[in-house]
Amino acid sequence: MTDKTPALRLEGIVKTFPGVRALDGVSFTVMPGEVHALMGENGAGKSTLMKVLGGILAPNEGQIFIEEQPTIMSSPMNAKEKGVVFIHQELSLADELTVAENIFLGELPRKSFGRVDWTTLYDQTNAILKTLNVGFDAKKRVGDLSIANQQMVEIARALTVEPRAVIFDEPTASLTDAEKVVLFKVIEDLQSRGVGVIYISHRMEEIFKITDRISVLRDGQYRGTLNTSETNEEEVTQLMIGRTLDLSRAEVTHETGEVALEVRSLSCGELFEDVSFTVRRGEVVGFYGLVGAGRTEIAETLFGLREPSSGTIHLSGEEVRIHSPADAIRRGISLVPEDRKGQGLILGMNCRDNMTLPQVSNLTAGPFVSDGAEVAIFDQYRDKLDIRTPGWRQTVGNLSGGNQQKIVIGKWLSMHPEVLIVDEPTRGIDVGSKSEIHNLIRELAAQGYAVIVISSEMPEVLHVSDRIIAMFAGKVMREFTADEVTEDSLIQAISGIKPDKVA
Amino acid sequence: MAELTKKGLAGFLARQGILVAFAVFMIAFAVANPRFIDIDNVFGVIRSSAILGVMALGVTFVVIGGNLDLSVGSMMSFSTIVVLDLHDKIGPALAIPSMFAMTMALGAFIGILVGYLKLNSLIVTLGMLSAIHGLTLTYSGGKNMDIADKEGTWFAVFGQGSVAGVPMPILMFAALAIVLSIVLSKTPFGRKVYAVGGNGIAATFSGVPRARVVFMTYLVSSFCVATAGLIQASRSMGSQNTVGQGLELEVLAAVILGGASLLGGAGTIFKTVIGVLILGFIQNGLLLMGLAFYAQYVVTWIIIILAVWLDIAAKRGALWSRIA
Ligand SMILES: Nc1ncnc2c1ncn2[C@@H]1O[C@H](COP(=O)(O)OP(=O)(O)OP(=O)(O)O)[C@@H](O)[C@H]1O
Ligand SMILES: [Mg+2]
Repeated sequence: MTDKTPALRLEGIVKTFPGVRALDGVSFTVMPGEVHALMGENGAGKSTLMKVLGGILAPNEGQIFIEEQPTIMSSPMNAKEKGVVFIHQELSLADELTVAENIFLGELPRKSFGRVDWTTLYDQTNAILKTLNVGFDAKKRVGDLSIANQQMVEIARALTVEPRAVIFDEPTASLTDAEKVVLFKVIEDLQSRGVGVIYISHRMEEIFKITDRISVLRDGQYRGTLNTSETNEEEVTQLMIGRTLDLSRAEVTHETGEVALEVRSLSCGELFEDVSFTVRRGEVVGFYGLVGAGRTEIAETLFGLREPSSGTIHLSGEEVRIHSPADAIRRGISLVPEDRKGQGLILGMNCRDNMTLPQVSNLTAGPFVSDGAEVAIFDQYRDKLDIRTPGWRQTVGNLSGGNQQKIVIGKWLSMHPEVLIVDEPTRGIDVGSKSEIHNLIRELAAQGYAVIVISSEMPEVLHVSDRIIAMFAGKVMREFTADEVTEDSLIQAISGIKPDKVA
Repeated sequence: MAELTKKGLAGFLARQGILVAFAVFMIAFAVANPRFIDIDNVFGVIRSSAILGVMALGVTFVVIGGNLDLSVGSMMSFSTIVVLDLHDKIGPALAIPSMFAMTMALGAFIGILVGYLKLNSLIVTLGMLSAIHGLTLTYSGGKNMDIADKEGTWFAVFGQGSVAGVPMPILMFAALAIVLSIVLSKTPFGRKVYAVGGNGIAATFSGVPRARVVFMTYLVSSFCVATAGLIQASRSMGSQNTVGQGLELEVLAAVILGGASLLGGAGTIFKTVIGVLILGFIQNGLLLMGLAFYAQYVVTWIIIILAVWLDIAAKRGALWSRIA
């Protein structure tokens, strides 16, 4: 591999933003036909480096080479013409347009007088979709597709040219296991066609499964490249965060207290049915299941975003009706929602104001919001969660994906809730912070909080929960204690298979 | 180093573009016609901008909250007619609060439709523009309103009085701008207006009562309209039914010119005030250059288009986009 010409090479790339040196002389090489992982903590500069490569950002210094020829990427369009396509961390599709229009946006096939050649458009699109093995067709409206299928549309868009290199920026963050399999197949395909693939992810098991080499960034600096087959998780982690991680469960021994939340036969239309469970103070209850199993909908119902069709909710033994998030917050419920951009953050607002929004009415001195009180809260959770930002005035939209997620978590922790519900809490979060957040969840429970963790990552659920509730198609299939649960029984339960004999 | 300074300047221009444009414009006109910066002319412009300005302050709340208000022109006609009519019937001391209550009832009605019933604000306020016009005509029977005894009332003070040489309309505009600027930037309510306009769903997920906040922005807007109507009525002591006609677009132009985003979530009272002044001085400058009064309608429209274009271009990062 080393005797070949690199497909792409970046050299000495520097990129600064006001108050941030996001990239500090980074070099990076991609060979044809390799899958090259780019790793690093949240805010290390991975997305920024790829934006430079993809023509979205102009570097302050440094040079890009295509097959050793110096080149300039003047725009995403220009980069694509040169064979570099970018599949974004954040989806960037037009919801109202069809799949075909999205894929060929800007380069629709034309007939005379500039009329769009719809037949060719749909034929070409369907041909690409076929290679991807997806279950929808060219005329579907993108807004009606699941997140995973939207991701597939992004990928299809990359395949309209014969690419030299394809960049995947955290593509699996919201994919189910089955969808991941399809994605990995696509990557393998690209690889066999000699395309260089750059793959950004925080999930070690994926990295070790599909990549050939791993390059690591830290604080905007290049830290080195390892051959995947010759390294291990500890070494990569050491390179990424400068220390190794103790991944064993922080076994904070604590008593569980009285029941904080009890749900009796709760149903909400077709979304979930006859759901009953309790959460005690000092306890972490994990909800595990496939996407669409109804877990998020239960959380939203508890948080007053949906009206249940039947059943009751009890807080500390008292039956309550929760009609709005404001109600829920007043009663001491916090929800870290699953979609940080859509539901968690106001991207145009600064970090501090985002974090204090749910309690801003209480942080007052006279009729005015107290600057000091707000900054104090922000500082406390910035330190606790290690949020990387030049200051509280920074617009949240300018933070790296993982740091945005930490703002959302900080926002809800700072409410000191009785019941804390977290939905996919570590989506897009780096390994170091992930284990910190897991420890934090255990610690919160030890302090007497009742915690519900919803996650599609089995290791996460196994790691943090005292009890696990397995759901399938809107129903609770089985409840496990941490001692009795096994991976197999959990997989069975969430696939809708009833256990032969109850353990 | 040279690179850095250039970046700094470009950054400054991007952030303070509106102030820079204002300065450049003022200097250019002053050079072309020195009368332009004559102190009387400057005061005159600010005074005649005050009514528009007061309305723009309220509309700023609505726009930051992510909605539009196109009803303010015809609502202002309504306020003016009502307060003039009631003045002679129940006296100014009662007429003024009654007019405020009636105008704010209209604002509350819009607030319910847009906030609680979640109807599109463009449709609702465009409809209210003509509905309120009809209401005004019904109220007045189509006649002009006049105060009978123009000398024997203190009512003229809002439009014609002055304190320490500063005309009352300017004082009221300034006072309201300061108060509303504090409300928007320093109170929990102001924060929630930005949140709702920036991302309504995320605001809801944070427990912000979106409907109530939107409702309140229309209440603020109608309060400002009532104040504008008071100044207008007091200044002329008589009025036609159509006195506020077309003002909604000028108000919107000023607000957008100031940099409030039509997408919501961005803008400040200070910038709106700058927008109001720019609009006022441009119209005045063109008048001094001898342009016909009605040419201003075209100019105002061009300004709106320019402002909206720059707003979008700033977000897109390019002045042109290739059409797909
Ligand atoms: N437009 C911007 N304005 C200001 N700062 C920015 C901007 N974009 C990125 N940054 C900063 O640059 C740094 C690198 O960000 P980047 O998004 O590249 O991180 P990342 O490695 O992709 O992290 P993550 O794993 O969280 O996605 C961060 O500190 C971020 O706050
Ligand atoms: Mg990133």
